[in-house]
Amino acid sequence: MSDYSITAASPAQKWLAGTLVVLYAVITIMPLLWIIATGFKTPADAISYPPKIVFDPTLEGYVNLFTTRTRVTPETLEALGEPTTWYDRIVRQYDMVIAGPSRFGERFLNSVIIGFGSTFLSVFLGTLAAYAFSRFKVPLKDDLLFFILSTRMMPPIAVAIPIFLMFRQLGLSDTHAGMILLYTAVNLSLSVWLLKGFIDEIPREYEEAALIDGYTRFQAFTKVVLPQAATGIASTAIFCLIFAWNEYAFAVLLTSGTAQTAPPFIPTIIGVGGQDWPAVAAGATIFLVPVMVFTILLRKHLLRGITFGAVRK
Amino acid sequence: MARIEIKNLRKDFGDFNAVKSSSFVIEDGEFFMLLGPSGCGKTTTLRMIAGLELPSSGEILIDGEEVGQRPASQRDIAFVFQMFALYPHLNVRRNIAYPLVSQGLPKAQVAAKVAEVARILGIEDILNRPVGGLSGGDRQRVALGRAIVREPKAFLMDEPLGALDAEFRERMAEELRALHDRMGATTVYVTHDQLEAMQMGDKIVVMNHGVVEQFGVPQDIYDWPATLFVADFIGSPAMNVLRFDGVVQPGDTQVTMDGIAFDMPRLRAGAKGALALGVRPEHVALDDGAPYRGTVQAVEYLGTTQIVTLDTPHGEVKARVPSDRAVTPGTTTGLGFNSRTLSLFDTDSGRALLSDANAEVLAHG
Repeated sequence: MSDYSITAASPAQKWLAGTLVVLYAVITIMPLLWIIATGFKTPADAISYPPKIVFDPTLEGYVNLFTTRTRVTPETLEALGEPTTWYDRIVRQYDMVIAGPSRFGERFLNSVIIGFGSTFLSVFLGTLAAYAFSRFKVPLKDDLLFFILSTRMMPPIAVAIPIFLMFRQLGLSDTHAGMILLYTAVNLSLSVWLLKGFIDEIPREYEEAALIDGYTRFQAFTKVVLPQAATGIASTAIFCLIFAWNEYAFAVLLTSGTAQTAPPFIPTIIGVGGQDWPAVAAGATIFLVPVMVFTILLRKHLLRGITFGAVRK
Repeated sequence: MARIEIKNLRKDFGDFNAVKSSSFVIEDGEFFMLLGPSGCGKTTTLRMIAGLELPSSGEILIDGEEVGQRPASQRDIAFVFQMFALYPHLNVRRNIAYPLVSQGLPKAQVAAKVAEVARILGIEDILNRPVGGLSGGDRQRVALGRAIVREPKAFLMDEPLGALDAEFRERMAEELRALHDRMGATTVYVTHDQLEAMQMGDKIVVMNHGVVEQFGVPQDIYDWPATLFVADFIGSPAMNVLRFDGVVQPGDTQVTMDGIAFDMPRLRAGAKGALALGVRPEHVALDDGAPYRGTVQAVEYLGTTQIVTLDTPHGEVKARVPSDRAVTPGTTTGLGFNSRTLSLFDTDSGRALLSDANAEVLAHG
């Protein structure tokens, strides 16, 4: 008999598990690192083969992302005198001057408004609906819940054409309100179901205690249920934001100007004589930041237990 | 403090009838027990008094005022939950202060009251701790603190000791009773533990299947059960029930079971058919000369007394006898019943027949 244990892993098992985890992490992080690195390369380095691992970092991609530039004659260039800023200097290397800001800032702001707006709305409505489904006698409750879930049973893009026509009719095409409404509609089913699960887990006694302590039903909800549901609300918000933030297909279809979000905009960044890959990569990198920050901020809620033992199970 | 009156209270959940027309009165300052097996409607009744469930029909009067359809927050009562239901996101101090905060009391006053309650309950040292890490007993005390801090009209408690270890339960039961005696607050206490009910209660309501079986002081309920259910539910071991067919007339002072006559309190009612004779184990004596015979099946030693299980023509009978008496399993002995303590039941209705002994008790139960 070997000293076999069913609970403790042997050193070999630990090594194997560790190697697999590291391998998996490398595979998943690779594209991310690639994009971040490309953002700091020159266009030539970005498409060189074999790929350059060591290169001279430059902010060219970021400058190109945020500006529009015009090519000028060497005479004009000379007449302008010495470049005054670091970004002027980068642009001058290519016989160009900065003509103005690009549309990336606007598009990014659109993404923020639409992404966070629809996340807020999804979580807000979802929490109220989930609470009602969890606590009250709702006629046809099971049917309603199934109906809500059924909106997820096909890819949302399958209804793209009716939605496109509907939005055109209602004047919602290329508006912030339209996109917020659309993403909320898609996310709401997820949010209701996730949150209902979390709220079901919160013992009713907490609210009943609050009711008896002299609080109204709504106060009991806001003062007792919401703090308890923070974990669920945080994780639901992350899921909703990730969907709304990354959504591409509807954004391409329904927005073109005023309300265009960053995902359809980034690939359209065209450089001189071909796709400006560093600028695209720079856009993608910046685009990653808000979701990352949001997730990191809410991370502690994801890790924290819901009731941590105030109720004896 | 308050007098609580329950009149024809009924509660239906869809097709299920949880409480059927219950009526009883809880006097001001009483420690009142709602006792019954699980699913008997005792918790539903308590929740209706609290306002957590609204009655389907009937009235709840607190100090003469009908509150049946009012929300819990307007009834000025406190509730102690079996699972304590301490707010997990608040520490002990804020948990206790919570009901006062809802009343909008000034901070200084809140602090003073919380301090006073903490002193009464002996939990001053844990006021700043989160409720998560507390022991069962401390959580119980915090839950009590949250209840007593606002000096409500009445305390409602739903098996507050149910979640505690056996050893701790006894201590908390004593603490609870002492606290009640000091504050004199009307307390309604739900339990399925008949010993707990007898030990702590001034009065007991025994419920079964949504029906009030009996209502009275513990001794009356123990000595003179109104129904076979109460006879069986109260007491450990339960009352012996000897089932037989027979006839009794009003005025009889004897009941004849298989040709053997037993003296009993003078009956005020008659019955015919399936009857049952009820006798508490401590009122069964082992008497070699008695005509009614039984065979000793088992003996349980309990210190000062022992429980002797006997096989008789009418089923198993348990006798509680002093432990200095030698009893050998397998032997046959005579059984004598203390005639002043016998109850006779009509098994069809399940109710006790009125006699001179139990008439007074059953008249108001």
